[in-house]
Amino acid sequence: MGDWGGYLSLILQGALVTAKLTVMGCALALVVAFIAGLGRVSRFAAIRWLATAYIEFFRGTSIFVQLFWVYFVLPFAGVTLEPIQAGIMALGLNVGAYAAEVVRGAILSVPRDQYEACIAVNLTRFQRMRHVIFPQALPLMLPTFGNNAIELLKGTAVVSLISLHDMTFQAQVVRAQTGSTLIPFATILVLYFLMALALSRAIRMIETRITRGLDGVR
Amino acid sequence: MTDPIIRIDNLVKSFGTFKVLDGLSFDVMPGEKLALIGPSGSGKTTILRILMTLESISDGHIEICGDQLYHMQRNGREVPADEAHLHKMRSHIGMVFQHFNLFPHKSVLENITLAPILTKGTPRAKAEARAMELLEMVGLADKADARPAQLSGGQKQRVAIARALALQPRIMLFDEVTSALDPELVEEVLLVMKRLAAETDMTMLLVTHEMGFAHEFADRVLFFDKGRIVEQGPPEQIFSNPREERTQSFLRKIIAAGHRV
Repeated sequence: MGDWGGYLSLILQGALVTAKLTVMGCALALVVAFIAGLGRVSRFAAIRWLATAYIEFFRGTSIFVQLFWVYFVLPFAGVTLEPIQAGIMALGLNVGAYAAEVVRGAILSVPRDQYEACIAVNLTRFQRMRHVIFPQALPLMLPTFGNNAIELLKGTAVVSLISLHDMTFQAQVVRAQTGSTLIPFATILVLYFLMALALSRAIRMIETRITRGLDGVR
Repeated sequence: MTDPIIRIDNLVKSFGTFKVLDGLSFDVMPGEKLALIGPSGSGKTTILRILMTLESISDGHIEICGDQLYHMQRNGREVPADEAHLHKMRSHIGMVFQHFNLFPHKSVLENITLAPILTKGTPRAKAEARAMELLEMVGLADKADARPAQLSGGQKQRVAIARALALQPRIMLFDEVTSALDPELVEEVLLVMKRLAAETDMTMLLVTHEMGFAHEFADRVLFFDKGRIVEQGPPEQIFSNPREERTQSFLRKIIAAGHRV
């Protein structure tokens, strides 16, 4: 007992890993969400089918199992990932599947008369999406994206199972070495909460920026 | 004798088992101002939507500016038009909608310049100068930087007219453009359209319930019922001296409902 400064720095190192997983995981989730979400509304059946398969698979199986597959099973197929890479990949693909449905829903909720206006001014399909539909769908996605990002943050705790030294893992280490459960877990409780708070603030800021000048649109 | 700019030949449009248009044929000459009137459900709006390619056709042929709208030639055979062909054909046609359909996330000016910049490659400065001229024409030059949500219905519709004009279509379709407006805002939109009809040689098709305006605006009036033309002719004839019983009873109802003729 005694060296609480050292233990705290251990937990803060873990916090850094958790933050890194969250940021990178969200980045990956965002990319796959847009690809799969747009794929779901594609006019090509094969693309719709692929996107649906991805979404249903990753929503329908546990993140825990997905992580084990990425880290322990993929090496048999010749793909060996660092623990951090495996963690980012599993989290990003998992949350990306949920966020893809958000993208699809937002795009479909743009009123039909906007599509008709685009045809009347002769925009191509791509121009229609890029300049008219997507900019109106994006503000609708953001609040739910915020939820998804916080889910991802909380999901990072499972990566301790593939020996990644994230915040939860380090708290377990401190607990094992000091015998105290309360102090390390109270610490990470506060830290997780602060990170989630920072995330939702960040999303709120982006929301205000994007919807600026759109008052009264909906 | 010039050729018609629109040629509709034996057009059929069904929604499920319901035939909205049943073997419809008529021609429109370049520069002609046409008013389509008739009870709701008579298929007049459907005709405009088909001409704008918002609705597919079930059967028949439509020719626009000498070219098939829904068909094209491939290896000497007639096949359904693909997206590229439709895209080419749409450049002849513009449309103004009942509910304006402005882009809410863009300013008034951007609403007008978006399509010319994207589809015609017009340089931004030139597109904006042209948009300002059009806004001047519809009396909204001071609203260039406003968002659609800040405008009244009549102002929105005038912007929508400017947006459609910016692409300089040869044919303009007006689909009940005053039906969604408060009565006191109707006049300002009709004034713009009257000037447009007087000052340009654009071909215009107008679906309307404003009989007084149709009378003033149109060279020819088509009265529709159940997907067919019941009667057509110059406005004086249709409104003052209709021959068909269906036309007479429709106009009687309209007058009884308090509309001006």
